[in-house]
This record gives sequence, C-alpha cells and structure tokens, in this order.
Amino acid sequence: MVEVVYFAWLRERIGVPRERVETGAATVSDLVAELSAREPRYAAAFADLAAVRVALDQELSDFDAPLAGVREVAFFPPMTGG
Amino acid sequence: MRISVQEAPFDLGAEIAGFGAAGNAGAVVTFSGIVRDDTGRMVALELEHYPGMTEKALTRIAEEAMARWSLADCVVIHRYGRLAVGEPIMMVATAARHRKAAFEAAEFLMDYLKSRAPFWKREIGVDGPGDWVDAKDTDEAALNRW
Repeated sequence: MVEVVYFAWLRERIGVPRERVETGAATVSDLVAELSAREPRYAAAFADLAAVRVALDQELSDFDAPLAGVREVAFFPPMTGG
Repeated sequence: MRISVQEAPFDLGAEIAGFGAAGNAGAVVTFSGIVRDDTGRMVALELEHYPGMTEKALTRIAEEAMARWSLADCVVIHRYGRLAVGEPIMMVATAARHRKAAFEAAEFLMDYLKSRAPFWKREIGVDGPGDWVDAKDTDEAALNRW
C-alpha cells in the first residue's frame, strides 16, 4: 500500500490530488505501468514521461528507483518556482 | 537562516532591517520576484506547491548556499496561492563578508529554487484559468554553472 499524490496538470488529468494504491510494483516505472493499464485517465497523464517528475517520500527521484519501504510517491510536472 | 513558505504577503524592508549585522556581514544582496503580465490579459498567477517537500527542498538549497559562500545569514520566502499581477512572489536575501559571495549565493538560490523547489504556476487571465507555465530549458541549463 502506497500513498500516491499528484500536482498541477497531473492532478487535473487524473482527477484526484491523492489516493492510496494497493500495489506490488517493484519500481516507479512498474507503478506507472500498473496505473496506466488501469484506466485511460492514468494512461493520458503518463503518456509523456519526459514531462513528468517523481519524488519518493518527498525527495526527487527517478523512474528506475525501487519502491520498497516507500510510503509516499508524488508525480508532477517540471517545477516552475521563483 | 530563515525559510518561509506562505500565502501571506511579506515586507521586504522589514525582512532585511538589521539583516546580517550579527554575523559581521559587509554585503547584503536581495532579490524579489514579482508577478508580471507579458500579454496584457493576465490578472494573476496561481501557485501550487507540495507542502512538506517544499520546505525541505528550500532548506537544503539554503544550507548549501550558507556553507558554500560562508554566508552570515540567508532568507528565502516563497508565496503560494493566488497572486495578482504586481504582487511579490518570492524573495531571497544573502549576507556575506564581501559582495561577490552575496551576489553569487543569491543567484545560486534563485537558479535552484526555480527548478528544484516543488512549485507550479498557472496563469489566470481575464477569461479565467489558463495554462500551466512550462519549465524552461534555460532554467535547467542554469544549474550547470554551479
């Protein structure tokens, strides 16, 4: 079980800001594939992964990273602070 | 060192009154970002952020600046929520012994918080919410010089 959070246009396309996901995914990529296979709104949000960033437990990470022990996965577009 | 992620406005003058004096600083640099309208049709920016991660990311970036330029002090304030055109979005202030370190540290802070702090901007136009602002390749490239 992992908490998945979404920001900006990913949140809008998926339709929820956060959700608990029952998953056995080994890596972030596996989780993305699992979600994308679930419903078209996920497939649409994750269609272009070059435009998606990921954080694991609030630390920037990447799609190859393992999910073992991770409590919170966040997906969002490239950041635009400042 | 002070980091603040807040919805409320800040007072740049009040923030830097006496800033750096305790650390025997000889130079203070401030930068403030303001919501601008390039099209004549924008009324506000809406800033979303990732509570928790934002504070951690800003703290890490500020700690790196403090250590790398031996700063006497450093302030980073970044707002979120709906900010009208003309309102200040964020500020950084750095205090160092000499101006070169203060300027460089301020630029480093700006470059890093533009693409490593989890904020996202959306333009609110006269006709309502518009597009999310895209990250610029030049912002990512700006990190390479550090």
